Amino acid sequence: MKKYLPLIVLAFLAVLPLVGLSSYMLHMVILVIMWSAVGMAWNLLAGYCGQVSFGHAAYFGVGAYTSGILYYQLKLSPWWGIPISIVVVTGFSFLLGLIVLRLRGPFFALATLAMGEMMRVSAENLNWLTGGNIGILIQERTWIDKTYYYYIILAIATATFLVVKYLMQSKIGYYFVAIREDQDAAESLGIDTTWYKTIALCISGALTGIAGAFYTNYMGYIDPHVVFALHDISIVTIMIVMVGGVATLLGPFVGAIIMVFLAELVRSIPGLGVAHQTFFGILLILIIIFLPNGIVGDFQKIKRLFKVGGAYK
Amino acid sequence: MSLLEIRNVSKLFGGLAASSNVSFTIQKGEILGLIGPNGAGKTTLFNIVDGVYPPTKGQVLFKGQVISGMKPHQICKLGLARTFQVVKPLQRMSVLDNVIASAFLRAKNKAEAVEIAMETIRFTGLEEDKDVISRGLPLGKRKKLEIARALATQPELLLLDESFAGLNHSELNESIEIIKSIKARGITIMIIEHHMKVIMSISDRIVVINYGQKIAEGIPQEIRNNPLVIEAYLGE
Repeated sequence: MKKYLPLIVLAFLAVLPLVGLSSYMLHMVILVIMWSAVGMAWNLLAGYCGQVSFGHAAYFGVGAYTSGILYYQLKLSPWWGIPISIVVVTGFSFLLGLIVLRLRGPFFALATLAMGEMMRVSAENLNWLTGGNIGILIQERTWIDKTYYYYIILAIATATFLVVKYLMQSKIGYYFVAIREDQDAAESLGIDTTWYKTIALCISGALTGIAGAFYTNYMGYIDPHVVFALHDISIVTIMIVMVGGVATLLGPFVGAIIMVFLAELVRSIPGLGVAHQTFFGILLILIIIFLPNGIVGDFQKIKRLFKVGGAYK
Repeated sequence: MSLLEIRNVSKLFGGLAASSNVSFTIQKGEILGLIGPNGAGKTTLFNIVDGVYPPTKGQVLFKGQVISGMKPHQICKLGLARTFQVVKPLQRMSVLDNVIASAFLRAKNKAEAVEIAMETIRFTGLEEDKDVISRGLPLGKRKKLEIARALATQPELLLLDESFAGLNHSELNESIEIIKSIKARGITIMIIEHHMKVIMSISDRIVVINYGQKIAEGIPQEIRNNPLVIEAYLGE
């Protein structure tokens, strides 16, 4: 059963648009799937390889802007952004890795946070390239019907899932986890830790960038504050994986469902304003205390809790 | 040609000389014991040989090639593996996965890595615990896991840093048997150990270090009667 769970989820998602969802609901599900893809990409670097990034907006934004700039500067279809962002973001991640991967633990996290913010400021100021704060508007939408976008992001997320799953069963996966558990021990076992951390960063970055390129195509408008957002991209990505389950294959998907719908729900409470963000802070604290491995990681614990007789039976 | 040659190696930490002008060689096939009082610089010497620290002065040669200045993973690839005194299991991985991760160094694919790992686990007597998450292992088994992991990289020279410390009597005998069978496989061993009875019985030669300097070298019988060694351990 457990083995086929991803297939069942995929089959369910494949037929979901056929039941006639409203355009609004379809939009929500598209966001869920897009965030699952970003979460899985982050999970590869942070959850499995142990390099916790607070700046995944950098990769998301570069992917989004690859699409945007191809359209804005070169008058190409923004769909070219999806394949081309793989090359661009991989190169970008590699260069970034040369700087940030020299650092360990909290220093790495802070450096990635700074990098994300630097990319936002750069995008705001490189007017000749990005159009600055005005952003980029894709004037011709490919489809009005969201169903097409739905299947494209579903294909991207499925591919992301398969890449992560395949990698984690191979030599690279063992090396990633070894690096997470103890870098010095990994090094003494003949693992070139710098190289494998670079690989993790490049793959994670590229997968995030593809989702970013999709975002440009789907939303039709990007600006630096949206795609390089510290809170709305980098932190939300971390929240999704923390809630769903760090270093689990399906955790990012579960986390994305909860976070996307919860965000929508909380935002709709009248008179709350930006205070709705405090809600996520409280949620994160509760998750860290009670379900440190996330919903998927601590599923047994949750199951015990709901059994007759409670946790002590 | 000796398998490992330590040539006039010094290591300074600020003003403290953790090693000063140490030279000795290890011949293929032997067990070399490295002893000395606490803080004498034994582990520092291991860290220099295995590439964690570059020496301040001097060189380390492995199979005739200068390895000082290389990174630990490069040195490991050449055929030199080590264990840590403070054990470093890959905590949230099972015992088997720990060993598979290191077996990948020589294995062409996963099936081969699993095969090497299983063979090593049987050899070190960890078969019953192969699916245990290594965080939950008792110390004696963690020490064995360190050895298994180092062996799975298929080294020519194995550095063992206090693999016997904290073991009970039966674990101790088991570990001695393991060391002897590692030697029988043709793997050269350099071992740091405080347990005198053990080191005297398994070592072919012994090097004694005190305050970072080599004070004696020879077969166990010579070391036992060396006045400098007795002074270092018992005082004047």
